[in-house]
Amino acid sequence: MRERMNRYILEMQNIVKEFPGVRALDGVTFSAAAGEVHALVGENGAGKSTLMKVLSGVYAHGSYKGEIKINGEERRFSSVRDSERAGVVIIYQELALVRQLSVCENIMLGDEIHKNGVIDWPAAAEKAAAALKLVGLDINPDTKVSSLGVGQQQLVEIAKALSKDAKILVLDEPTAALSEGEAEKLLSLIKELRGRGVTCVYISHRLKEIFRIADRITVLRDGKTAGTFGKDDLNEAGLIAKMVGREVKDIFPSRRHEFGPAVLDVKNWSASDAAYGMKLKNINFSVRKGEIAGLAGLVGAGRTELAMSLFGVWGRKESGELVVDGKQVPRFTPKALIKAGVALASEDRKRWGLVLIHDVKSNITLSSLDALASFGVVNENAEVSAAEKYVREMAIKTPGLEQKAGNLSGGNQQKIVLSKCLMILPKVLILDEPTRGIDVGAKVEIYGIINRLAEKGVAVLLISSELPEVLGMCDRVFVMRAGRISGEVSGAAASQENIMRYATA
Amino acid sequence: MTLYEHIREGFHKNIRQYTMVMALVLIWVALTLFTDGVFLSPRNISNLFLQTVTVGIVACGMTLIIVTGNIDLSVGAVAGFAGAVAAVLQVNYGWGTVPSVLAALAAGLLIGAWHGFWVAYRKVPAFIVTLASMLAFRGAILGVTGGATISPLRDSFKAIGTNYVSPFFSGLIAALCVLGFVAVQLRMRKRRMAYGFPVLPLSAETLKLSVQAVVLAAAFSIMIFNQGIPYAVLLLLALALAFGFMAQRTVFGRRLYAIGGNAEAAKLSGINIDRTLMKMFMLSGVITAVAGTVMTARLNAATTSAGVNMELDAIAACVIGGTSLMGGEGTIVGALIGALIMSSLDNGMSLMNLDITYQYVVKGLILLIAVWVDISTRRK
Repeated sequence: MRERMNRYILEMQNIVKEFPGVRALDGVTFSAAAGEVHALVGENGAGKSTLMKVLSGVYAHGSYKGEIKINGEERRFSSVRDSERAGVVIIYQELALVRQLSVCENIMLGDEIHKNGVIDWPAAAEKAAAALKLVGLDINPDTKVSSLGVGQQQLVEIAKALSKDAKILVLDEPTAALSEGEAEKLLSLIKELRGRGVTCVYISHRLKEIFRIADRITVLRDGKTAGTFGKDDLNEAGLIAKMVGREVKDIFPSRRHEFGPAVLDVKNWSASDAAYGMKLKNINFSVRKGEIAGLAGLVGAGRTELAMSLFGVWGRKESGELVVDGKQVPRFTPKALIKAGVALASEDRKRWGLVLIHDVKSNITLSSLDALASFGVVNENAEVSAAEKYVREMAIKTPGLEQKAGNLSGGNQQKIVLSKCLMILPKVLILDEPTRGIDVGAKVEIYGIINRLAEKGVAVLLISSELPEVLGMCDRVFVMRAGRISGEVSGAAASQENIMRYATA
Repeated sequence: MTLYEHIREGFHKNIRQYTMVMALVLIWVALTLFTDGVFLSPRNISNLFLQTVTVGIVACGMTLIIVTGNIDLSVGAVAGFAGAVAAVLQVNYGWGTVPSVLAALAAGLLIGAWHGFWVAYRKVPAFIVTLASMLAFRGAILGVTGGATISPLRDSFKAIGTNYVSPFFSGLIAALCVLGFVAVQLRMRKRRMAYGFPVLPLSAETLKLSVQAVVLAAAFSIMIFNQGIPYAVLLLLALALAFGFMAQRTVFGRRLYAIGGNAEAAKLSGINIDRTLMKMFMLSGVITAVAGTVMTARLNAATTSAGVNMELDAIAACVIGGTSLMGGEGTIVGALIGALIMSSLDNGMSLMNLDITYQYVVKGLILLIAVWVDISTRRK
């Protein structure tokens, strides 16, 4: 009996957390054994982040019901500090580092070694070096965090967590912003940590990774525990079914493939940005009517930069032409491209796609205000009808049109951005990582939307780092490397290996 | 839900607006007590409305500027300068009232364009651009007036700031306004119901509208009782309505809010930020000049210290009225209530013969508390 109790380093029992109008957690039970990697999966809105916030003390004891036990002992955390002292450290998707400070300063942030208020720098440097060694990051601790890549920054965060003596490490979507290589490194690090007895709670949408690394998987659905499984107890399809509550037969729905003439023609496009030292060189490609073309490549190959450059919001254009539906685009500003019929749903939707403090209706109609207005005055009837139409057609889950966009889940926010794009009736739709950070159910819906668009004759350019997505959705794939198009694959030659070969050669 | 519960729920949803109005009511009650009722006399309240006009007009423009995430520290100096230009042209060069005022407005427009150029096209932060203007135009006022007070102005000019609409026509205007207000609110409610948006049940709505209509009618009555509605107040009302309409209902207004809410998203959505900001600064320049003209008309003179610290009052008015300094949120109505709060404090504390030191301290504290309340209710 004693053996079994001590096996669980973490037990969360019957956690109930309510917000005005919604029960985010409805009696969730979650346990993790010492030294295991336990994956926590579920759709957006299922309650994963809320559960972790309860665990970490962001939601202090008293604001939720239920018990948290660490090593069999009940704990009541009233702040993040409390939970950290108990060995619980969370690494969020949006990293919590101070970019202008050095690695060493970040590692000791909040936990400074000092004598009478004066910082002991030598001791701090030693501590930082030891922590960096643990994660296998070979850099000078005095390096400014802002000069590190995202992957390295993440390792710094993990180093920071380990130096706080973390026994339970929670990782929230750790590989979402990493390149393939960095993600590999991270997964091996986690395996190593497990070997050292650190318990890892791994929250991710990337099911393939989860099957590689997790010992057990807990599925949350609608604020309840839908089950805890050993990794051999079910396969990917079964896991998805548990997450969504129904069978999801085909993630990539089928569609008719009928192509017309080229609608988007990028000719000899060169642009550069001195600040980031990146250059786009002589890019040539085209997308046909009704076609979904993929743009693949590693992080940093220049795909997002290309899209943003076409819209005039990245770098300076050195040469090139853009022809849309036979007409040359005269100027490269978002307004001109939208007028020409090109819509862009950019990569970072919270930054480039939405005004989070404004409502669903205003966000959907933001690019089409002129069309809804006469003599400069917006026709409110037309605006509401238009917004309602898209909410219906895209199945956007929102309590109403006046809900603030920032309150909706990632998947619904992305649908709002897509609605805004579609409202201009585009001939070309450029999508940059459209399903990043979105749960499986919403992903399938978005794939369906993209397919229907292509069937209606819109030319779609799909920029994505998820190769299965690229291969499942696209008719052809252009691959970029170091600012150039390094290859094109289609048909039988379309495989992950071939794409990777062009992406890295 | 009972009527009471509806009131409570409505209160929670619109807590910011209600807080503002409650603050105003509280301040008025306090001031009335401290002045033995003099504050609430019709004569004083009518004067109070008149005193609110200059800051109120500037606050209309300032709201839009803050909504886009910018700020304008020069409004006081520019208003003073515009008023000085008009006065000098009339007094020293014999220009008529209309040409002088038009010249002042033109000056405001050009200054606005100057600001717009540096902020929108040269990307210099608005704080710096308008701070520079504030200093420069303080000097320019001295230059234009030669360091002297320019006066007296012709009756037609003075009228802008000191004349009243006859009680008969004031009554007409008042009736139109109150009925118009009720009609618009009811129509909005009908429209919202047609869209399926949530509305208050008729009983609660009637109560709310009755209270608002009574307050409006009372405000107008006080002015009519006194001497009629001052031209200046009418001007403020007209401008506030126009700016309010522009902010909420026009494409231009929506774009301002989008730019303030998320400039990058606004840009990528096809909004020409540079051009929109330029237009906004130019509009603000003109409106500042209008305020300057009214100020000069009321004083019957252009002085070298005209408009000093007015920008602070205007910014305080906007912020107290719920305009977020981060941009993307704010209303003209809120700014007017904020302006009324600021001028009530000025008026009341003067009636109390409070030492000027305390007046500044009190205003500063009220601003701090008002913004704190605003931020903490925002969290909810």
